[in-house]
Amino acid sequence: MLRFLLFRLALLIPTFVGVSIVAFAFIRLLPGDPIMMLAGERGISAERYAELQAAYGFDRPIIVQYLDYLWGLLHGDLGTSVVTRRPVLDEFFTLFPATLELSLCAITLAVFLGVPLGVIAAVKRGSWVDQSIMGTALVGYSMPIFWWGLLLIILFSGILGWTPVSGRISLLYFFPPVTGFMLIDSLLSGQDGAFRSALSHLVLPSIVLATIPLAVIARQTRSAMLEVLGEDYVRTARSKGLPPARVIGLHALRNALIPVITTIGLQIGVLMAGAILTETIFSWPGIGKWMVDSVFKRDYAVVQGGLLLIAGIIMLVNLIVDVLYGLVNPRIRH
Amino acid sequence: MALLEIENLTVEFDTSGGTLRAVDGVSLSVEAGEVLAIVGESGSGKSVSMLAVMGLLPWTATVKADRMTFQGRDILNLSPSDRRRIVGKDISMIFQEPVASLNPCFTVGFQIEETLKTHTDLDRKARRQRAVELFHSVGLPDPERRLGSFPHQMSGGQCQRVMIAIALACGPKLLIADEPTTALDVTIQKQILDLLLDLQAKTGMGLILITHDMAVVAETADRVIVQYMGRQMEEADVLTLFESPKHAYTKALLSALPENATGDRLPTVADFDLENTPSTGGA
Repeated sequence: MLRFLLFRLALLIPTFVGVSIVAFAFIRLLPGDPIMMLAGERGISAERYAELQAAYGFDRPIIVQYLDYLWGLLHGDLGTSVVTRRPVLDEFFTLFPATLELSLCAITLAVFLGVPLGVIAAVKRGSWVDQSIMGTALVGYSMPIFWWGLLLIILFSGILGWTPVSGRISLLYFFPPVTGFMLIDSLLSGQDGAFRSALSHLVLPSIVLATIPLAVIARQTRSAMLEVLGEDYVRTARSKGLPPARVIGLHALRNALIPVITTIGLQIGVLMAGAILTETIFSWPGIGKWMVDSVFKRDYAVVQGGLLLIAGIIMLVNLIVDVLYGLVNPRIRH
Repeated sequence: MALLEIENLTVEFDTSGGTLRAVDGVSLSVEAGEVLAIVGESGSGKSVSMLAVMGLLPWTATVKADRMTFQGRDILNLSPSDRRRIVGKDISMIFQEPVASLNPCFTVGFQIEETLKTHTDLDRKARRQRAVELFHSVGLPDPERRLGSFPHQMSGGQCQRVMIAIALACGPKLLIADEPTTALDVTIQKQILDLLLDLQAKTGMGLILITHDMAVVAETADRVIVQYMGRQMEEADVLTLFESPKHAYTKALLSALPENATGDRLPTVADFDLENTPSTGGA
């Protein structure tokens, strides 16, 4: 187990180097640079432009800039935002709880709805129940996130007026962040209606972000269950006179979960990609929106740092999933 | 009163190609303490008729019978929950592939204690105690330690012993063994058969042995039923069957034993001309 963990951790190093190169190169391939973007439509004089280029070090050869960046990384310095002049890491940790809260809600929704729906579809294979669950899942999977988000906003916020359109909480409430999770902080603040407001802001973005993972998990659970339900040990469980809930919910599901857990792990990457769109649609102040904004502003340090941190999170989650996989499947315990 | 009585059992499957009749008019009865062998080649409906007794057939199957009773009680029209009270307790079954028949995600101890938990009032400590006894009685060495093993850590023979222990956990009146030795090595086959017969003699339960192996039949059974294409061909006690088989198919089966080989080719049932041999006896 220790060897396995060390090996996996060692693998992170080349991955990080790769991500840093890609992040560094790609943002520089876009036309324009941070100084142009800051100057805006009024433009900037050639002398002033050269002065600022030199001040930020953008005039040096690209390889020197990269090595300098790498040197900073090794010292835990992700650079400073050209726009806000705050360290990238500080900004990240201010905004990350918002994304984490949204992602946790979305993945919880996706797992706790997707797995049972997949099980029901498998048990009722071929029936109208199965077909409607799988049909809906296919539609959900195929739906572009931004469009689906807008449809929900039009229906629930626009026509029905049930939920707010954007943000994390009504502007009427103000309290200092304690955990960074709005649901918890609003409860801690003790203000009347704060929790309700935070929750109503969270509902639509969570549904939008959960849709694709939910569809994938439901489909994967169904096919894994169908395979497992035909296994000999399921027949054995039934021959022992166990109630169907136990045969399906314990003996079959436990085995079906093995591939499903891998799928859930892979969905974390999808979730991060989805967060960028979802946060932009709902003006959710998380790292997705932060990244999109900084791409538009060519805020090099933020895009590079943000990509590295997101990649780090995805790799960490996948590592956790691999460890969990061993716990669930006794045959491959390391 | 017979332990298990079946009259005119028919099992049909709905398939995309129409209805398939897997079992066609099978009748049998087993007494307590008796070993009944059901023989026939693959696809002859041996397993299906016993799965029908256990209620383990998929939903595409339709089971019909004039009579199907266990200890005088109708088990054809039982509600699922009533059936679960009998299955695993009074009637239990072991299968062909012992390793695949155990759940890979749980320890064998969990799997045997689960049966005890379902059908008895024993508390956790008593269940563990009983599991150790059962493992001991099926000849598993070091039973306490074995309870914590996963199926993939055991051999096929050991897994079949675990399956037998699970089947015997609640003291069944009838044990159905569906090709229990087919997937095992020849040396292990003999051990498992001996174990089954020994346990059967000790407990006085009825034993139905499904097999296609005539040698197994000769060694173990009191009575034999020969099945072919879902139909019952012949029923006789074991000595009669081997000495004077009445039905042409039985003769074919017996003549297909490896010891009747001539030259370097093994005889098969197909060598025997079933169509032109007048059939006598049978159902």
